[in-house]
Amino acid sequence: MTDATTREGEALVADIRESMSEQLVSREVVVGMPQGLHARPADQLAREARKWQSRIELLSDSQRVDGKSILDVLTLAAEAGTRLIVEATGPDAREAIEAIGSLFERNFNDQENNESR
Amino acid sequence: MKFSDFVATDAIRSHVDARTKEGVIREMAQSLVDAGSIAAGDLESIVKAIMKREDLGSTGIGRGVAVPHTKHPSVSRLVGTVAVSHDGVNFESLDGEPVQLFFLLVSPPDRPGDHLRALENISRQLRDETFCRHLKSAKGPVDIQHLLEEADSHGVAS
Repeated sequence: MTDATTREGEALVADIRESMSEQLVSREVVVGMPQGLHARPADQLAREARKWQSRIELLSDSQRVDGKSILDVLTLAAEAGTRLIVEATGPDAREAIEAIGSLFERNFNDQENNESR
Repeated sequence: MKFSDFVATDAIRSHVDARTKEGVIREMAQSLVDAGSIAAGDLESIVKAIMKREDLGSTGIGRGVAVPHTKHPSVSRLVGTVAVSHDGVNFESLDGEPVQLFFLLVSPPDRPGDHLRALENISRQLRDETFCRHLKSAKGPVDIQHLLEEADSHGVAS
């Protein structure tokens, strides 16, 4: 009986640990848009990042910024070809990184042309 | 890039009259014409281009701030101005809040880097709540000019 209770208790603790696990996932992305990470993609990025519970940060050579803040993302002034690291920490880190990585892979569906940005 | 690198001092407005998105954009573009930064003949085309960009998604980036902008072949260097609306204007902002503080940018089509660095400077300075609050309560264009100068001298903008 005591053993069973202990086992249950241990299982519960393990469950809690699992659900609170702060997994950290990161990947490199490249800014592919000719106009760089300008206002519209920065907005899309921050919107996507806010969908996730995990903390999302972007790292450039010199800065680490909050991926959920458009103001922060814009301070990267990331031009075309810039390599950034996206880092997610939290329970849904893996999914978040996948979603954000895919935005970069699709160049944020940038309909950018020469008329406006 | 500093504010003084792209803000046309004579075009700064501390009290815009317009109550609509297009109205504010037009008033700011007109102030750039009056300051000699853009040609009168390009006004309509510039306003139209900025509105077209707004159609793709509002440049109201939250915190009562908007950065309407466009590329335009008529300018050879990045030009911009700052305006304040004390009542606030519905700009279909990302956070739904009315906009009081406007930074309008017109950049040459072949200089995306300058545009990014101007956005960087604006965003960096706007993270400072005090700076935003002071700008929004500016009594005249000179107050705004001084605030921008102060941000330029204390900022880390390159």
